Amino acid sequence: MIKKHFIRIVLLLFGGMLSGAILAATPSASMLANTCAGCHGTNGSSSGPASPTIAGMSKDNFIETMKAYQGGERPSTIMTRIAKGYTDKEIKLMAGFFSKQKFIRKKQKYNASRAKFGKKLHKKYCEKCHEKGGRSADDDAGILAGQWKPYLQYSMLDFTKGGREMEKKMKKKLDALQKDHGDKGIDALINYYASQK
Amino acid sequence: MSNINRRDFLNLAGGVTALSALGFPMLSFGASKRVVIVGGGIGGATAAKYIRMADSSIDVTLIEVNKYYHTCFMSNEVLGGNRSLDSIKFGYSGLKKHGVNVVHDLVTGINPDTKKVSTRGGKSFSYDACIVSPGISFNWNTIEGYDAKVANKIPHAWKAGSQTSLLRNQIKAMKNGGTVVIVAPPNPFRCPPGPYERASQIAWYLKNNKPKSKIIILDPKPKFSKMGLFTAGWQRHYGYDSTNSMIEWLGVDSGGKVTRIDSKKLIAYADVDFKADVMNVIPPQKAGKIAFAADLVNDKGWCPVNHQTFESTRHKDIHVIGDASIASPMPKSGYAANSEAKVCAAAVVAKLNGKGAPVPSYVNTCYSIITPKDAMSVAMVYRLEDSKIIKVKGSGGLTPKDASDAMRQREVSYAHSWFNNITRDVFG
Repeated sequence: MIKKHFIRIVLLLFGGMLSGAILAATPSASMLANTCAGCHGTNGSSSGPASPTIAGMSKDNFIETMKAYQGGERPSTIMTRIAKGYTDKEIKLMAGFFSKQKFIRKKQKYNASRAKFGKKLHKKYCEKCHEKGGRSADDDAGILAGQWKPYLQYSMLDFTKGGREMEKKMKKKLDALQKDHGDKGIDALINYYASQK
Repeated sequence: MSNINRRDFLNLAGGVTALSALGFPMLSFGASKRVVIVGGGIGGATAAKYIRMADSSIDVTLIEVNKYYHTCFMSNEVLGGNRSLDSIKFGYSGLKKHGVNVVHDLVTGINPDTKKVSTRGGKSFSYDACIVSPGISFNWNTIEGYDAKVANKIPHAWKAGSQTSLLRNQIKAMKNGGTVVIVAPPNPFRCPPGPYERASQIAWYLKNNKPKSKIIILDPKPKFSKMGLFTAGWQRHYGYDSTNSMIEWLGVDSGGKVTRIDSKKLIAYADVDFKADVMNVIPPQKAGKIAFAADLVNDKGWCPVNHQTFESTRHKDIHVIGDASIASPMPKSGYAANSEAKVCAAAVVAKLNGKGAPVPSYVNTCYSIITPKDAMSVAMVYRLEDSKIIKVKGSGGLTPKDASDAMRQREVSYAHSWFNNITRDVFG
């Protein structure tokens, strides 16, 4: 028992030295992530009406998103300016923090019949990557179910008209959806995601 | 080994102490640690909640005289008729759910030697760490004729609540063709873009209800926060710079410095006299009252603090956060107070657990709403360097001048999201 404690103390001491020397100027994950709460909600679950919930995002998706903001490749209002304030290491720490948080869904308004239609469209065009009705963050998919409606609208506008990049697979599906159902199809999808609790 | 500095050593020492709680009871601290927080505004309420979230073994008492807090941010939307006063009103039930002991009383003294906070109600609270978030108070009579009593007739509306209602009602009662005079404060003051957002919001109401009316901003400064974006917005919506402008701004170089007011005749005296139908005087400011009683202020009336912990440089174990603290280059804003409170909370929790102060990170984000479809923002990321808060190079800044109408409309919805999220982060 005593020996075990001794080893733990030694490990702690040397671990502390290493991290103290190398990470001296890097804040902890929670220190960094707490600065996001003013706009994205405590622990990353937003109360809306528009700022997205970032809790539960996959690490890689978070990192890629911040990088795209830093580079100005993703259209944004304020995030380009904020993302530029962080190092790669800090972004990675934040990504780790938010990936562990629970996406808390809050009530929002939606049109029930459009949501019903949207559910069908989701199955046909989106479910393959955005699994479980858009609830899953597996394979770095963005969580869509329960995301705030205006944010989904802005994102879809950016994808379809604002030059926001997307993966080839997504572009193919989105083009098909628009060809088959037009803007009404997109609106139905958004209502479906907004309807999920 | 040569790389190990004092903080690392403290971190190591802290690590050993923390471990002792698991394996060596004779080294543990025993009784729970007490934090007393003075002031239940944005800074104080955030600190209370985040200390409890980080370490629920710490006993946190928050002392605030009022049962409800009205946020200053978004109170300009109330003046513009775009928001109800109730929507900016918050109570303390959320903090109680986090296990914060909320006491409604007025703190009258803080004794750094006995480490006790005393109240008007005759109570005394012992602390291991005290966090003071007193907000601002006013330098009455710096503008001759404007004092606390006159403020009941000519509102400052720089602390939200009844003052906000008073100004709103006066604007509503004003005749079409009337003049609203806003007397802006000198630097430094709470919410640097606030007076100009206020002018925008009042202009929105007047444009839609009393379009012959005017707003004159009299300013003792040569320029102001987000000036280019505000004036561009005023050009878009309120005819700024035209002969028929609804808003007129007179800086110090154009004779805008007001030295005296006549509260009976509603006249502001600058280089020339300005007769108002509704007057709003935002007086020069200093730290909240208790900061003076507790000897936490410098000769300019603000509180110097250690930027890593927000501990007062004047008294040990007393921390000052929010508008009252000197955290420049961070502005005196709600988001800054929220961010400072979290850094302070983490430092206090670390200290009470025998650890060194953590490496801080801070953010400010601030929106100004010009019309219900047009807003702009300023943001900045800060870090600590050589014991000082500094702006992270390349980060932050303003909404671009050439932002599209659609993007500025998005900023309105993000401004409202900001409001919903920060108020829940503070009081929820």
